[in-house]
Amino acid sequence: MSGIGTSSARPDRSAIFPIEALGTLFDALRGRGYRLIGPTLRDGAIVYDDIASVDELPRGWSDEQSGGRYRLIRRGDDAVFGYAVGPHSWKRFLHPPRQRLWRAKRHGGEVQVTAEAVPEERLALIGIRACDLKAIAIQDRVLTGGSYLDPYYKARRERIFVVAVNCSVAGGTCFCASMQSGPKVTETFDLALTELCDDGMHAFVAEAATDEGRVVLAGLPHRPATGDEVDAAAAVVARTAASMGREMPSEGVRELLLRNLEHPRWDEVAARCLTCGNCTMVCPTCFCTTVEDASDVTGVESSRSQRWDSCFTMDFSYIHGGSVRASPQSRYRQWMTHKLATWFDQFGSSGCVGCGRCITWCPVGIDITEEVAAIRASEAH
Amino acid sequence: MAAPPEPVLAAPLVDPMLPRVGRVRARRRDAPLVFTLEIEPAEGSLPPFAPGQFNMLTVFGVGEVPISLSGDPARPGRLIHTVRAVGPVSTALSRLDRGDPVGLRGPFGTGWPVEQAAGSDVVVVAGGLGLAPLRPALYQLLAPRRRYGRIALLYGTRSPADILFAREIDAWRRRKDIEVHVTVDHATGDWPHQVGVVTSLISRARFDPARTTALVCGPEVMMRFAIGTLQGAGVASTQIYLSLERNMKCAIGLCGHCQMGAAFICRDGPVFRHDRVRDMLALREI
Ligand SMILES: Cc1cc2nc3c(=O)[nH]c(=O)nc-3n(C[C@H](O)[C@H](O)[C@H](O)COP(=O)(O)OP(=O)(O)OC[C@H]3O[C@@H](n4cnc5c(N)ncnc54)[C@H](O)[C@@H]3O)c2cc1C
Ligand code: SF4
Ligand code: SF4
Ligand code: FES
Repeated sequence: MSGIGTSSARPDRSAIFPIEALGTLFDALRGRGYRLIGPTLRDGAIVYDDIASVDELPRGWSDEQSGGRYRLIRRGDDAVFGYAVGPHSWKRFLHPPRQRLWRAKRHGGEVQVTAEAVPEERLALIGIRACDLKAIAIQDRVLTGGSYLDPYYKARRERIFVVAVNCSVAGGTCFCASMQSGPKVTETFDLALTELCDDGMHAFVAEAATDEGRVVLAGLPHRPATGDEVDAAAAVVARTAASMGREMPSEGVRELLLRNLEHPRWDEVAARCLTCGNCTMVCPTCFCTTVEDASDVTGVESSRSQRWDSCFTMDFSYIHGGSVRASPQSRYRQWMTHKLATWFDQFGSSGCVGCGRCITWCPVGIDITEEVAAIRASEAH
Repeated sequence: MAAPPEPVLAAPLVDPMLPRVGRVRARRRDAPLVFTLEIEPAEGSLPPFAPGQFNMLTVFGVGEVPISLSGDPARPGRLIHTVRAVGPVSTALSRLDRGDPVGLRGPFGTGWPVEQAAGSDVVVVAGGLGLAPLRPALYQLLAPRRRYGRIALLYGTRSPADILFAREIDAWRRRKDIEVHVTVDHATGDWPHQVGVVTSLISRARFDPARTTALVCGPEVMMRFAIGTLQGAGVASTQIYLSLERNMKCAIGLCGHCQMGAAFICRDGPVFRHDRVRDMLALREI
């Protein structure tokens, strides 16, 4: 089990197992009490959801992504992990869109408040990519690294089993390579797979990094990978790294943005931004939430739930008399400078892992890498 | 109740988002739409608080809002909160009656530097409801009175009817060891004191700017002007403290709402030393 902070475990020598053994892996995880979450096709996209069997993986599918655009395409082969990330990130499962916090019941003048039980469910995250593992490590610091922590996140997070996958194709909006967060999986996994799918061969080069990962791998039909197979797996990752759709030189981005909190580019991007908040919903690191109280008609029972919120809404910064960030300029600036600048001060790293989701799922195709580049270019003059 | 703001590792069973139940013991009207509630815990005792800290108060079924502690830190057995009814939750709070339940989380945030100010003059500048979070500091300043040099309270409100804690202010006026100036924007017939903005009182107060600590709380515009005037009078930015307000949903640094630049106001504030937030305050909509 890849508990929080156990990322330093060194992977073993690689093994290799055939595609047929993937079903055995799923059965083994289910047998160990895990609920399987993995990629599957839904409504024209590859999303993460409960999966019962290998048949539900998007075999033979890939995607085409660019600013504001996502399209499924057929691959020429049977690869089951041959695509980039879709609209869902794993935060949907670890830090879900809605979480009840407590319920209160009133008996006369007495009120009894009962905390929502922390979940005991164990999730196996199948097919998670390097950028999203980095994002989980970031959310670990945000939600469990301070004096106060989110007990629901912590409980789910501590019980996950991670089957990571090294990316074999880069999406059109990916830029993990320049953010040093991919495409090779380097931390926080139990098993890491590289899919080899050509020359009539369909197999996974696998590394285990934890005791539980080793036990699970040992239960699969496998053999040690040959030097050529290990090289082939490395070549897959190298090819992906070399074909990134975007890049964002990370050098000095924090200082660049903090120097330019007043800049005409914020007006320019605000003219295009619809402040719909899609970027914050798809982003695997955005963590902001609000709370909602509800009560029954009699006022006897009430409850409070936490739900995802977005710094793009007017309510987000509302204080009596008006919103602190009333203009779209200021809200876009908050989003981007939080991700790329103040996140370093707060949590010791960038808040962006270069997954490209905010670019693909922006209805007007606003591109965070382009916005940074524009501000950088303005200083060159 | 949740742990105090010092870094304490929350034990697995302690849920900082879970309110504990308190009960209203008394309710007093202070000004139009402003009420002071006295709350005691339904069971157990209350943790101590520092002047300037706040609690998250819940009206069950309605919602939760941040409200400063406005009582005496030396009497922690009861919570005193002064609430202005401006919207759904604050209105529901202000309508609570004796015996009604209220949810409590806290205390949260940083406090006024009452300890560090020992030995210096202290100028307290309050605008409107800003007096509420400053009152605990005044209690502490006046308790071991000889620990401080001169003390001045400069308070501005809209009209004489809006003056909070009027009886207490009158009592302070009669003391020789605190200088009290109150001003209103709009005077009514029999108002004997100043009319005008609170910043105009700064030049009336006697203090040695080189050894003065200033505590400022009120609407952000008022604080901007007051701080400018204090600096003009020779008080260094490093000697000026202010309390900032932002939307808050968790008060524990997890919901993201209260951010101002890199600061989480709920955790790194609400009280800040001026030089540490000066650059941010200079920006609009940050
Ligand atoms: C640290 C701190 C201390 C405060 N101390 C006091 C006090 O002692 N007495 C007092 O009367 N008020 C105080 N306030 C302001 C008080 O929290 C708001 O008036 C209250 O949240 C308004 O909520 P509402 O639902 O009644 O009104 P609405 O204006 O309808 O508010 C809707 C929501 O917006 C948010 N909100 C609105 N105004 C504010 C605000 N000014 N600050 C933060 N969030 C806001 C809240 O989440 C609220 O639930 C304090 C605020 C902060 C941040
Ligand atoms: S900011 Fe955009 S590219 Fe960066 S992690 Fe979030 S969604 Fe991915
Ligand atoms: S970018 Fe906005 S929504 Fe995302 S974590 Fe930062 S403040 Fe929250
Ligand atoms: S109020 Fe939630 S982070 Fe400060």
